[in-house]
Amino acid sequence: MSPKHLLSINDLGRDWIEEILRLTESFAEVSARQIPKVPALRGKNIAWLFYEDSTRTRLSFETAAKRLSADTMNFSVSSSSVNKGESLRDTCLTISAMGVDAIVVRHKSAGVPWQIANWIDASVINAGDGWHQHPTQALLDSYTLTQKFGALDGRHIAIVGDIKHSRVARSNIEAFTALGAEVTVVAPQTLLPPSLEGWNCKVSHDLDAVLPTTDAVYLLRMQLERQKDALVPSLREYTSRYGLTDERLKRLGSEVVIMHPGPMNRGVEISQAAADDARSVVTQQVANGVSVRMAVLFLLLGHNPDEETIEETL
Amino acid sequence: MSSTNQTTLIRGGTVVDATGTRRADVLVGADGLIEAVGDENADLRGDRTIDAGDCVVSPGFVDLHTHLREPGKEEAETIETGSRGGALGGFTALVAMPNTTPPMDSVGVVRDVIELGKTALTDIIPSAAITVGRAGQELAPMAELAELGVRIFTDDGTGVQDDLLMKRALEYSVGMAPFTGGASVALAQHCEVNSLSAGTFMHEGEWSSRLGIPGQPSEAEDLMVMRDIAFARSTGARVHFQHLSTAGAVALVRAAKAEGLPVSAEATTHHFTLTDAACASFDTVFKVHPPLRADSDVAAVKAGLLDGTIDAIATDHAPHCAHDKEQPFDAAPPGMIGLETALALALTELDLPVEKLVGLMSWRPAEIAGIADTHGGPIAAGRPANITVFDPNETWTIDGASFASKSSNCPYEGHEVRGKVRHTIFGGETVVLDQEATR
Repeated sequence: MSPKHLLSINDLGRDWIEEILRLTESFAEVSARQIPKVPALRGKNIAWLFYEDSTRTRLSFETAAKRLSADTMNFSVSSSSVNKGESLRDTCLTISAMGVDAIVVRHKSAGVPWQIANWIDASVINAGDGWHQHPTQALLDSYTLTQKFGALDGRHIAIVGDIKHSRVARSNIEAFTALGAEVTVVAPQTLLPPSLEGWNCKVSHDLDAVLPTTDAVYLLRMQLERQKDALVPSLREYTSRYGLTDERLKRLGSEVVIMHPGPMNRGVEISQAAADDARSVVTQQVANGVSVRMAVLFLLLGHNPDEETIEETL
Repeated sequence: MSSTNQTTLIRGGTVVDATGTRRADVLVGADGLIEAVGDENADLRGDRTIDAGDCVVSPGFVDLHTHLREPGKEEAETIETGSRGGALGGFTALVAMPNTTPPMDSVGVVRDVIELGKTALTDIIPSAAITVGRAGQELAPMAELAELGVRIFTDDGTGVQDDLLMKRALEYSVGMAPFTGGASVALAQHCEVNSLSAGTFMHEGEWSSRLGIPGQPSEAEDLMVMRDIAFARSTGARVHFQHLSTAGAVALVRAAKAEGLPVSAEATTHHFTLTDAACASFDTVFKVHPPLRADSDVAAVKAGLLDGTIDAIATDHAPHCAHDKEQPFDAAPPGMIGLETALALALTELDLPVEKLVGLMSWRPAEIAGIADTHGGPIAAGRPANITVFDPNETWTIDGASFASKSSNCPYEGHEVRGKVRHTIFGGETVVLDQEATR
């Protein structure tokens, strides 16, 4: 049975992650066609429920849904009844009553996708909940890495920066390690979660010590307000200790992959040269995002066990 | 206090009070006082008899920490419905917290609460705010409120942040005897340093890290307990620590008591039964202030209850409407109901002799609340008949929707527990008979 929801990476486990990556490859082929559209989700209705700003994730999901011929409902928080005080639950029940097959939700509060899954019958896809999870980002990052390396077993990936406030980090650690990679998180103590009990990763405060052994370096966006919260003394100091500067870029191995979930703060966590370096796969990540989300939508909504294989569907 | 025009015999139970444990029947007089206590040979007779077979007959329970929501949020609870839940839970007195709308920070509002409480199924003991509007800026009229009967002052829901203001409040509280007929008052603190807790929604630790929910560190509580112990030492004022939740706070109170300082403390049922791991469900029923803490904190709170560091079990009964709780975890209001489950959870989860447990729920909180003359006293002739009859061995399954409380934000749904209140006698009136409220 395919999963009904996509809430967290841990819910999927290695087998489903690998199944999604396999599907992604098929959908990448669809995306490369002259007319990149298949009827796989014709008649399916998907609602976007974005309570938090998002450009790339939302556009990526919309593109994925359109390429699969799904119908979509846009829910814009600013012009909706949320502004009239409607609760999240009532909004979900209202959308659900119109008949949706899936709700793709982003919310600033951790756990909202779980709550919605309890309230309605439709599939729920987590497009980012607070600092908690961003599973499709982790899947597209995993796909990008497997494109480069094949299997991730034994590969070493450094995730650098604001781990504490990052849903990308939480999901990526789970996904990369599920696929057999080793992960080291690199950050000042203030940008690490208060406890790493139960986390399947190593910890370092020393980027220069970690870089020589990494196959990929994953830089997280450094929120500019962290300086105000006294989490770092200054962005200048952060960059000097934890940024992928020009100087560190020079020392980086020729096969090392540079990743970033976007949007980038050029000159803070990543230098201009590093962002545009040949080893950077930032734009591939974005491109893969569409294929991965096609795979996720298809897995959750399009799977018909009585019917043909995915290859025939396409 | 109400009375009835007939006498009631509580027959066949085991009386447990501060003087000890013995087999005895209790005759409740028509005047609301206990008329006689005696064993089978005394051959007591009442106009009617209620069965206490297999039951403990104890002084009525006293909850130091109840949110009754009236005035202001009657959709979630009223004094009437809250007191009915309290009576069903074996309580004969509830200390009403002042975070109402408007807050209980003036004679007018407190007088209203007293008035509304007169028809309740328990005594309603008003607390009052330490500061005007619970805003932490200026002192509420403490002497006027003390004269009206207030013995516990608290800004509960928040702690008094300003160090100097808190010290002044404690100093001022020492001189209340002329307005209380000689009784002392206590300042009860919700210990939480806001600069450490602002923007947090659960305990900071393993689970908050994993769930990505901003966490409140234990030091937010520990530091204020530490400060107020220092003030108790310098001012001699009585400080009561509300809902202790951290191992550090329990250790601090233990040391302060060893030093002989005038401090007391309560722990809620949820802080010795639940941990932060419950938040992994993202069910907002588990969101509460102070937050559910780690296993080691739960163990420390239990140890504190066992060794007397913590004086009382309180409920922090905090009813919320379903539509308020059905929000994202960060937006949902904190709090859980507890009046109708407190006894069972204490019996089920604490390895305590029943005499000690009854003390934690009855005479110790009665002393702290300044109501020991009417509640918590020995079951003896001439005493006010505020009595709880409970079967310590009856097992049952918790069902929040079945409770008398107007709200059902109960975190123990489906839990199997042991211990059930059978009858509650309040001021001589049988307000709960055979597990049903009589009005």
